This record gives sequence, C-alpha cells and structure tokens, in this order.
Amino acid sequence: MARVLVLFAHPRTDRSVANTALMAAARAIDGVTFADLYAEYPDFDIDIDREQQRLQETDILVFQHPVYWYSSPALLKEWQDLVFEHGFAYGSEGTALAGKSLLQVATCGTAREAYRKRGKYENELRTMFSPFEQTAKFCGMHYLAPFGVFSAEDAAEEKRLDGIVSDYSRLLTALRDGTLDLERAAAVPLLNDVLDEVITAEPAAV
Amino acid sequence: MGFFQDAFIYLLAAVVAVTVSHRLGLGSVLGYLFAGIAIGPVLGVVAGADTETVKHFAEFGVVIMLFLIGLELEPQMIWRMRWQLLGLGGLQVLLTTTALTAAVMAAGFVWQTALVIGMTLALSSTAIVLQTLNEKGWMRSRGGQSSFSVLLFQDIAVIPMLALLPLLAVGDPIALVPGNAADPAPHGSLIDGYPGWFQTLVIVATIAFIILTGRFLVRPAFRLIAAAQMRELFTAAALLIVVATSLLMDLVGVSAALGAFLAGVVLSTSEYRHAIESDIEPFKGLLLGLFFISVGAGIDFGLLFSEFFLIIGIALGIILVKALVLLALAGIFRLPWQDTWMFGLGLAQAGEFAFVLFGFAGSSGAIAGGLVEILILSVAVTMLLTPLMFILFERYVLPRTVSSVSREADEIPEPGTVVIAGVGRVGQIIARLLMAEGYKIVVLDHDPNLVERMRQTGVHSYYGDATRPDLLEAAGLGEAEVLVAALDDQDQQTSLVRHVSEHFPKCRIVARAFDRHHLYELEKAGAHVIEREVFEGALALGRHTLKELGLHPFRAEQKVRAFRRHDQQTVDILREHWAAGMGNKYITAVRTRLDELMQVMRSDRLAGKNLPDREWTPPRGEDAER
Repeated sequence: MARVLVLFAHPRTDRSVANTALMAAARAIDGVTFADLYAEYPDFDIDIDREQQRLQETDILVFQHPVYWYSSPALLKEWQDLVFEHGFAYGSEGTALAGKSLLQVATCGTAREAYRKRGKYENELRTMFSPFEQTAKFCGMHYLAPFGVFSAEDAAEEKRLDGIVSDYSRLLTALRDGTLDLERAAAVPLLNDVLDEVITAEPAAV
Repeated sequence: MGFFQDAFIYLLAAVVAVTVSHRLGLGSVLGYLFAGIAIGPVLGVVAGADTETVKHFAEFGVVIMLFLIGLELEPQMIWRMRWQLLGLGGLQVLLTTTALTAAVMAAGFVWQTALVIGMTLALSSTAIVLQTLNEKGWMRSRGGQSSFSVLLFQDIAVIPMLALLPLLAVGDPIALVPGNAADPAPHGSLIDGYPGWFQTLVIVATIAFIILTGRFLVRPAFRLIAAAQMRELFTAAALLIVVATSLLMDLVGVSAALGAFLAGVVLSTSEYRHAIESDIEPFKGLLLGLFFISVGAGIDFGLLFSEFFLIIGIALGIILVKALVLLALAGIFRLPWQDTWMFGLGLAQAGEFAFVLFGFAGSSGAIAGGLVEILILSVAVTMLLTPLMFILFERYVLPRTVSSVSREADEIPEPGTVVIAGVGRVGQIIARLLMAEGYKIVVLDHDPNLVERMRQTGVHSYYGDATRPDLLEAAGLGEAEVLVAALDDQDQQTSLVRHVSEHFPKCRIVARAFDRHHLYELEKAGAHVIEREVFEGALALGRHTLKELGLHPFRAEQKVRAFRRHDQQTVDILREHWAAGMGNKYITAVRTRLDELMQVMRSDRLAGKNLPDREWTPPRGEDAER
C-alpha cells in the first residue's frame, strides 16, 4: 500500500462548496493523510522539519487547491519554498523526494474550454502548472497530469459535483493501492480524460 | 567663624567661580582654584590654617574618586592594561625621578634630599588630570588611557616612597610614619615597628580580606539594604564602604586612595555598581572641588611675591622636565600625535601627594623647612598651570588633528547597546530575545531579587530606580541605541520616557503601554514605538477562543487581523478626542467605533454568495467569458 499525503491549501474553505466536498471525500479514505495547510499554519510559520519528516513517510504527494491566478494560493508556494531545501529535496545529498509522485488536484473558476490552445487562456492546465512540474522533476519526482475540477462554483448546481467527488475518491484509492498506471498518468495533458483507462484494476475493498 | 559662614563662603565662591570658568571654557578645576585664591590670599576671608584642615578633609574626595574609578574598571580590564601600567607608569616614575634628582643634586643638595624631592615631584595630580579627562570626555582615547595607567602606577608607587622616606632623613631622625593623602592628621599605623616581612604579610592579608569581603559579604548586605527601598540608606552604605576601606588601609599604613580603588574594582562586577556610582558621584565632585579650593586658598602670596622668580622657575622647571620625559615615553610607546601631547602636557604638573610627602619630609628633616614651603608653593603653581596646559592642548593640538581623532573613533566601534528599564514579565522576555540575538544589553530594576535572578542567568543587570536620571546616565544611556521602557508603574513609565526623550534625543524609545490612554500619554512624552502590553496576548487568546468555537484556524487568524487593524485605526481616531479632554464626544466616538467594528467583523458572514468579497477573488467563469 502506497502512503498518500494530501496537502490541502485553501484560505476560504467556507466559501468553497467543491473543495469542502472533495476534502470530506479525501478524509474518508483510510491510509490517506489529509493536511489542511491553512489550518496548520494560519500565521505562515511553517515547521520545516515536521514537513520534511511527513514527506519522508509519503510515497505519493497530492496538492489539492483552488487555482488562483493560474497558480496555487500563497501558502502552498511558501510551503515549497521552505520545505524543498537543498540537501533534502535537491543537491548531491538531497534525494529525499526521488522516486515519489506528485499529483495536483485543482478547482478552477472557469470552464474546461478556457484551458485549451484556442481557449481563453491559450494553454492547457498542465502547461499553466509547469512551475510545479519543473519543481517536481528537479527533485526527482514523477509529475502526474493534473486532475482539474472546472467551473467548480457551479458544479453542485449543475449536479456534477457528486461525480467529481467519486472520481477523486477512486483516484486517491487507486494511488493508495497501486492500481493506477503512473506511466500513462504522467504522459497525458489532463488526468480527467483518461481516468477510467489509467485505473487498471478494481480498487481493493476498503 | 561659624560653620554656616564657612560653608557659605566656600559654596558661594565655588558656584560663582566655576560658573564663570565654565562659561569661559576653562574647565571646573581652574574655577575651583581661583575660587580658593579669591577667598584665601586675595580677600582673606578664610585663614591659612583653616584651609589646611579643609584640605585634609577634602582629600577624601580623591579617595572617593579612586573608588569610582575602580568601580568602572573591571578586573579583566586592569589585567589587559598590565603592560601599560608597568611599562609606561614604571618608566615614567623611574625616569622622572632620576632626571629631577640629578637636577636637584646639580643645584648643590645632598643625594638623599635630592631623591626625596625627585620622587615626590615625579608624581602627577590624579585629582586634576582625571577630573579634566572625564569632563572633556577624553578618558577613552589612547592619551587618556595612558595617562590613567601612569596615574594608577603612581598611586601604587606612593607606598614604597612612604617607606623610603624615613631612611633618607639627613637631619635629626624623628620617628616617621607612613601615612597617606587622605589622612586628616598623619598618625602611626598599627604595624609600625614590626619587621618588614611582617608588615608586607599584614598588608597582603588586608587586601585579601577586602577582596573576599567585597565578593561574598557586601553583595548580600547590599541586597538587604536595597530591599528596604530607602535611597539615603543605600547612599550611607556606599559611603560606609569607602570609609571602611580607607580606614582599614590606613591602619596598616597603605594609601587610602589605593584601598578605595581596590574596593571599587571588587564591586565593579556587582549589580549595585551603577547605583553606588550615581549615589557617591556628588560627594566626589563636591569634595574634589573643596580640595582644589583649599589648594588655591593655601597659596602664600607673601612668599610667592618675595621669591617670585625662584618659585616660578622651579615650577616651570618641573613642568619642563616632566613633559620632556612624558613626550619621550609617548614616542617610545608610539602614541598618536594628539595623544602624545595630551599625555605630555596633561601629566606635567606635580601632584597632591607632594603636599603630604613634603610635609613629612620637612618634619623628618629630610628637607630643610624653608625649602619645603618654596617647594609646596611651586607644586601649587604647577597645578595652577595645568588647566592652562589643557587649554593649550585644546586650542593648538586638537584643531589640527580633527581628522585623525575621528579615524581613531572608528577603530573601536562601540557596539549598539540596549538599556532595558524594568525586568518584570515584559522586560524579561525582551531581554531574553535580545540576548539570544547577541545584542549587548544593560538591565535596570528596583527589585533586588529580580536583579539577582537575572544576574544568575547571565544578564548584565543592575539594581536601581530607572526613573533616576543619574542612574540612567551611569548605566550608559548616553551611548545606548535603544531604551526599552518596561516599568510596571504607569506614571513612572511616562516620566522615564519624558526624561529620556528630552535628555537623550539620539536614543530610540520603545515603550510598554498599559492601555490606550497610557499609549497617548507615552506618545506625548516622546516614545517612538509603543505597544499595549496585553493587547497581543489578548488577541492570541481571542483567536484560540474562536478556534474552540469551531472557526477554521486561518479564519480565526483573519478575524484577529481585521480586529487589530480596526483597533489601530480606533487609536488614531480617538487620539484627538483624548487630547481634547475626553468629553461626551469621546464617548460618542468610542460607541461609533464599536458599531463599525461589528459591521466590519460580520459583513463577511452575512454577505451572500453574490456580494463581492474582498479577499481571494481570482477570475471566475463569467469574468473569463468577457
């Protein structure tokens, strides 16, 4: 069983229906550690040693966050700036993260169509997240295609949310059980599209 | 003459002469000397015999001065100075004695008389020189430090000189006794007539006794005395130490000044150092002043005029020989140019020990009576000329070396220090923080137990009432970069801030306020940065309470930040109402602010989904479609 750590970063959980539902789903899965970064570090005073310790006990790292200006909320950036240290995450002796996987689960304000070559943003979500991807690669991690929750604010109203939450549960469970084809998941632009294909077998009963 | 009349004459002369002298830029020493000349030889309101008594009494001022010097010198500092002390001091005494002795022998005196005169005149005036160096702020310069080393060595050299004196008597051998400058009347020590080795043993034992007592007995005693919280009791105890040490040293025939110096050094590492210093300082100043007055008053103008050229000649000769030796030594020890002249001109006079030593020499027959009077008068003239030498130095040497003086100052940069007044619950935390960051801090508190506790944790802590200006001065506020005012009494806190902002305009003041009103008071008093002491702590507890009530920790943090911002605005808005006297308008303003606060804090919760929120609003779907 792979050890999954979800780092959740949202400054206003109370205003996000989608993230609240996703959070509840992630918390319900045994063997998945869920951490609310804004709750743990409301003053941004991140405990580097503790975070590095937590990473060493993790095989698959998940960043769950809303998209703020094509990136993550500030605390998640601060977290990377502090925790991915020389001698830990990179450098000749910084091999703590090597071989682990990183997945981004992002709730977006806009529709899927905006994140296309010819869409409003002229780029795929994965391209937008290239700083994360490069950071992961620099530290020797496998970067998986992001899982996007588009038009997140309208998901509940449009009755899409339940399906998304259940997809998220399947995804996390597959990551935990090793039933996700990591190679394929890393190769595509967006994980949403190929979810049924990359989950290779039925997840083990929880 | 009655006591009041005497006191009136001395004080009036001092006040008038020193004020005038200070105005003219001549320094206080010359002022006191002229005050003495005015009331003695010129006006004749005090008789010559009286001035001798006064002088002996006033010599206690020299003793106190040495005690205070010791208090400022920590043992490690003396150890660092050891080569300067022995080298510079030793050579000065040796070379000057030799040169002067040779000169006197050349004038046709026997070698014994010549040696007595030579070694006596080799000594310089600790009182005049140190007083002047302190007054001008030159003590820390190399010239000042070298001068001090020489003076300290001379004070030590007095002991063997006193011992030698009887052996050099050429007249009738009268039983002679070693005494010292502070003796009201020279008398025998307890160990006279015992063999030399025994006397030495007793002296060493006495010094050891003083050191041990200072270390282990005086500090607990002071703690008890300080706990009584009576200032005059503390002053009395401090004076008692000086008098007791002097008396003890006197009994074994050692210089009282030296004993006092030793006592000062022993206490220099104690927490009571600054309190003792500022309590005793005025006594030193007054007694030294009295001493200089008595020197001036004691000048025998009759003899001066009848033997004018001889006396002036001798005085100038003394100054010339001493200055030449000093300048040569400064050259050997490679003092910078302006320090060389400060050292050479400053120490060229003969010292107050000469009055005592010549007195003995006269009574012992080592020097003939008539010569003694002429010599004493010459010594007085050299002292009278000393302030002029310093003026010469200031007018002609210093102006040309301004650039090198400032370069000198750069070489030893004083580290930025922080004075923390009050080490209760607030001050202690600040002290720990600054200590951990490696800053040099000085802590003041009026609670001896607190000071003792802080000392045990290695903090430079001193006992004393931080609202006393003299104590602040002694603790080094003049050089401090920041004062942390953390007293636990509101009114004292305000008056401390007011005093420091008026007298030490360069010092930044960080102050602890009790509430909003006190904050305004402290602002008015001149504090630069003010925090209400319980405000942040209360907000932290409030944040925890919100979390306990189920609020997300980051929301709780946001609420606290909003509250803090609003409260700081409230402080700004209410300031003018406070200044206007807190009438009905103030109360109305407070109410308005409270209502506003409720709106500010709740608006977010009441806001519906469609109302614009202020925070974290990246583009949504409809924004992207535009």
